[in-house]
Formats: sequence, C-alpha cells, structure tokens
Amino acid sequence: MKQKIIERAKELLTSGEIGGFLALKQEGVHIAPHLFTDPAELDMLSLGDGQGLGDARYPLVKLLYTLAERFPQEKFGIMVRGCDERALNQLLKEDRACPMTAGRVIPVGFSCPEELAQACECAKPWPDALVAGEKTQAFPPPEADMADLMAELQQWFGEADRCLKCLGCKNSCPVCVCHECTLEEEAMLPQRQLPPTPNFLFTRAVHMVDRCVYCGLCEAACPAGIPLKKLYRLVAQLVGQGIPLVGASPRPQPQPAAQL
Amino acid sequence: MDYKSTLSVCPYCGCGCSFYLETIDGKLVGTKPSATSPVNNGKLCVKGWKVHEFVQSPRRLTNPLLRKNGELVEVSWDEALDYVADKLKKIKAEHGPDSIAFLASAKITNEDNYVLQKFARAAVGTNNVDHCARL
Repeated sequence: MKQKIIERAKELLTSGEIGGFLALKQEGVHIAPHLFTDPAELDMLSLGDGQGLGDARYPLVKLLYTLAERFPQEKFGIMVRGCDERALNQLLKEDRACPMTAGRVIPVGFSCPEELAQACECAKPWPDALVAGEKTQAFPPPEADMADLMAELQQWFGEADRCLKCLGCKNSCPVCVCHECTLEEEAMLPQRQLPPTPNFLFTRAVHMVDRCVYCGLCEAACPAGIPLKKLYRLVAQLVGQGIPLVGASPRPQPQPAAQL
Repeated sequence: MDYKSTLSVCPYCGCGCSFYLETIDGKLVGTKPSATSPVNNGKLCVKGWKVHEFVQSPRRLTNPLLRKNGELVEVSWDEALDYVADKLKKIKAEHGPDSIAFLASAKITNEDNYVLQKFARAAVGTNNVDHCARL
C-alpha cells in the first residue's frame, strides 16, 4: 500500500506538478513529518505505523497550512488518511485568511486497516482521494445516552481535574490553525497561576463542535490520557449536532500527470 | 522551500522527552513530540511544546552581565569569572565556608555534578550541597 503512495508522489514531484509532498519519513525507528522535495527520498516514506498501527501519526494538514502561508506560490501534495482528508475539507470549507485553496493541494490517500478503524471508532476510515487501499468497514460509536446527563457530566468534571493545560490537544489538532487561539488568551490561561478547571477542557470542546474530524491526535498527545473524542462527541450532541461526520464533501479525483 | 524536522531532546527537566524541532529556511517555527520515543510516546508538557519559542528569541541572554552603579552592563567572561572568584574568596574569608551553598542540577551530566560538589567540598570547604529538585 505504501508503494502506491510513493509512486504517485514520485509522479507528482518529477512532473513538477507539485513543489513538495507532505508525508512522514522513517529513519531507523523514528518517524517524523517531512516535506519531500527530492523524489529519491520518497523511499523512506512511512504511513505512520510505528510499533503499532497508526501510532506514529502527525497533523500533516496543520503543517500544510503553515507551508501554504509561507510559500503562497507553491502547490503541494499531501499523504492523507480518511481523517486527514476530512480535516483538509473542513479547513477549505472555512473562509480563512490563509491563501490555501483546493487548487493548491493534491491529496494522495490510503485507507486504514479495520483494526485501527475500530480502535479509532472511525466513521469513515478512507479518504475520497483514494490511491491505495479500499473502502473498509466503518465503526461509528453510538450516541451518548442522555438519560443521566448530570451523572455523565459529573464524570467529566473529574476528568477535567487531570488536565495539565499542556496545549497538546490544540497543538496536535489538524483543524486548529487559528493564529490567535482562545485557549491562549489571558482569561483562559492566566500567567503565573493555575488555570481554572474545567474551563479549559470545556472551552475547547465547544470550539470543536462541528469542526472536529475525530482523528484522535489530541488523545494521542494528551499526557493525562483523557478520552477527548468522547467529550467532543458529547458536547456536539448536547448542542444538537448529532454524531458529526465533518467536512465530507467529496473532492474531485486528482488527474494523473500523463492525462493532462 | 526548506522544511526540516530535527530530532532533539528537551532542555528543561531531567525526563528527557524527545521532540522534533520544525524549521522553515533555518528558522524555528514549531515543535512536535516524537511519537516513537519510549520516554514520552508522543506527549509533551507545556514547556516542551514551547521550546521553539525561546531558542532564537531576541530576549535571550548572550553575554555575562555585571551590575555596576546599580545598572546591569555587559562584560567579558573573564571579568565576570574574576569577579565571582574574588567575591567567593572574600565571603569565605569573612563568613566561613559554610556560608556558601551549592545547588546541583538535573539537567547537567553526572560528571558536571561531580565537579560541582568537588568544588564545594574541596575548594570551598563546605558540605552545603543540595539539588535543584529540592527547591
């Protein structure tokens, strides 16, 4: 499956259609985000499977936005899972100041194995821009039972006490690209004091309503092991959004260079 | 268009979390925890997440500063060290070696910590040696 991604990326780079391909690079045991500009380096591409499936993922879409702002003339390719593509579509849908448009990015996607999709409780473990793999089974979680909402929320207040306010969730989130982040406002994170709990956690949950793509990178980055996806789903449901499947408008299939 | 992610170790506490320092054209733009490091497994504390901010900060100290006439002025390393050695000798002579205390560090090597306590015990002549973690 990796080979197909590498081939497609090589095609796009050598044809000059893209200036760089955003993906992951493996050197020894370490897997890191990388902007491939030399096709020869692509043999070191990694899908993000370290010791286990999908345990070495990074927010590539977030990196795409940083680069798109810095290099407004360039066109990029990006390796995407189902969640990455949802994040990309979400950001493109939002009217942001960044000069990033659908025409400047070519997603090269692959589907996630069933085991990972199940662990992530993913509602759509494949991107529309599918280059490798096939549509696999989805594992959307059931809606939260609202019958005993107060008991549910009490549990969450307990969880919120464990939050370190390390900002790992916000820093890992592929749709968190705001230059001025609410969570870093003096009112939310006052200097030289312990920030008020559970404000931080719940404020982020509210900001994630109708934006979160449930990629789980926040949970992977949380040192306290708080089940953040579950909270974001709960809050989204509370404000009447149901179980969101965000930013799912299909993107046109990329044309192979030879056909252009 | 040069984006690099360089593996490094956090300079703050003794944990030694690994992260990638992200640079664009040589300038630090971000930090990402290393997902493959057994020490931190893709997690960082808030200090680690902000490492990229201080490294190239214009507010960073670059030269020793000495207070002269109530104002901090830049001096050479030689002048700074001469001043410290001079003062320590005077304090030891006037108030005795036990008036000076030493705090070792979690962020330096065992060898450096050894030299520090050797300096405290053999050179200055005090047992007042403790560790930054006790602060």
